[in-house]
Amino acid sequence: VTVDEWLAWAQADAARRGLTALGPILEGLAKATVTLRAGDWNEAADEPVRDDDPETSA
Amino acid sequence: MSLDGQTIAALAPRVARGEITSERLTEECLATIERLNPSLNAFITVAADDALAAARDADREIAGGRYRGLLHGMPLSLKDLIDQTGLPTTAASRVRASHRATSDARVTSRLRDAGAVLVGKTNLHEFAFGTTTEDSGWGPARNPVDPTRSPGGSSGGSAIAVRTGMSLASVGTDTGGSIRIPAAACGIVGLKPGWSEISAHGVVPLSRQLDHVGPLARSVSDAWIMYEALRGEAREISAALEAHPLQGLKLARLGGYFAERVDPDVERVLDGAVERLRSAGAQIVDRQLAHAGEIAAIYLHIVLSDAAAYHASTLDRRPEDYTANVRLRLEMGRYVLAEDYVRALTGRALLRRDVNRALEGVDALVLPALGIPAPPIGAATVPVRGGDEPVRNVMLRCTQPFNLTGHPAISVPCGATPAGLPVGLQLVSAAGGTHDLLRMARAAEALFDLAG
Repeated sequence: VTVDEWLAWAQADAARRGLTALGPILEGLAKATVTLRAGDWNEAADEPVRDDDPETSA
Repeated sequence: MSLDGQTIAALAPRVARGEITSERLTEECLATIERLNPSLNAFITVAADDALAAARDADREIAGGRYRGLLHGMPLSLKDLIDQTGLPTTAASRVRASHRATSDARVTSRLRDAGAVLVGKTNLHEFAFGTTTEDSGWGPARNPVDPTRSPGGSSGGSAIAVRTGMSLASVGTDTGGSIRIPAAACGIVGLKPGWSEISAHGVVPLSRQLDHVGPLARSVSDAWIMYEALRGEAREISAALEAHPLQGLKLARLGGYFAERVDPDVERVLDGAVERLRSAGAQIVDRQLAHAGEIAAIYLHIVLSDAAAYHASTLDRRPEDYTANVRLRLEMGRYVLAEDYVRALTGRALLRRDVNRALEGVDALVLPALGIPAPPIGAATVPVRGGDEPVRNVMLRCTQPFNLTGHPAISVPCGATPAGLPVGLQLVSAAGGTHDLLRMARAAEALFDLAG
């Protein structure tokens, strides 16, 4: 599901539920989702990102 | 006797010696609540009778030689997200208007064990889901420095209470900055300890994996006293908090993302504070976080999903009982896809590594707690460096990374803008380093106090 496809579906569903004010707010979430999906970690297999990994745990 | 500017650390020895009674301190706090709460709206529930009875009990114990420690007899408040037996825990929402707590939260029982007097439950942004304490089922809270402005949030009522002397300290929660932001906006100290250091049992969640419980206080020493009590260690405190030597202290100032949306007046105050630290012997280096640009997106996907999961049932059954803005925010969370939530969790782990790397070779990170002065009530955006920024985004910008990573962080007052609005300097230390963080903050506080 692309972000554009997801946004169209989410806004239509919100309108169906009578939450028309949610439409513009969902556009903000869509922008954040674009940023999230562009993160360099999403397709990297060599990043030690498990919480119990001593390289990543706080 | 006015409690203006009085601290727990200064009052406790006098209470222990019987020079001041807990009843007198409690009466003073209750009188301040009566005088100021109608205009500032800091409290949702005031437990005057229970507080006075507890104060008299404390006085009897102390007079009988059974002194419990520095919080014994001290009037404190709880953010109304924290259970106190017999009182409603409203979370500032009409959804919970009929709630009555049948037991104490763990932190409440620890304060009682320490002999504290609980004067009431403070206002907050509904369900802690906001940074201004405007969207509350009990009406907006107002900043005591300038009542046309927000006190910050979500623990806004707690910050007002501490700043004005309605209570000597307060317990808040911080999911994206909700202790540090109001502390900075109101000119007091706010500590977010490391994640899970203080129990969240009996605390209404926003996001259990990001929620932190901690104190708002008038001084770093008071924050330390509260921190130890909330951990159940109050009886161990026998001496004042020792300041960390500034000579040789190594601090990393976070730049890039964290300097981009800072109001120029706030920046000047922070620059001056950092320069004073340098002049006092601290070494300041510059650092950046590799994934800083993704922080807001990671945070948003996690907090929205977690909050929506907790509220799903009441959103379906009683949507009209939420304030309009918080309801929409919660509904937004129901549209986050599972695959994006997983991406956010992975990004969060990378951020934790980034912060650990930034802390390598230094004692703490330095950055603003709040990059703007307290915003006007009702403002959706604020002007920052020629652009209009959404209030919520710009208020969370410098605090939310450390909710994602769990590192301990503290906001210390470091001055005021030309308009007299407080500015908070944030220090962040390594995991497990809360005590050292407090010692560093104590040194910074003393330096900033000297500078006036």
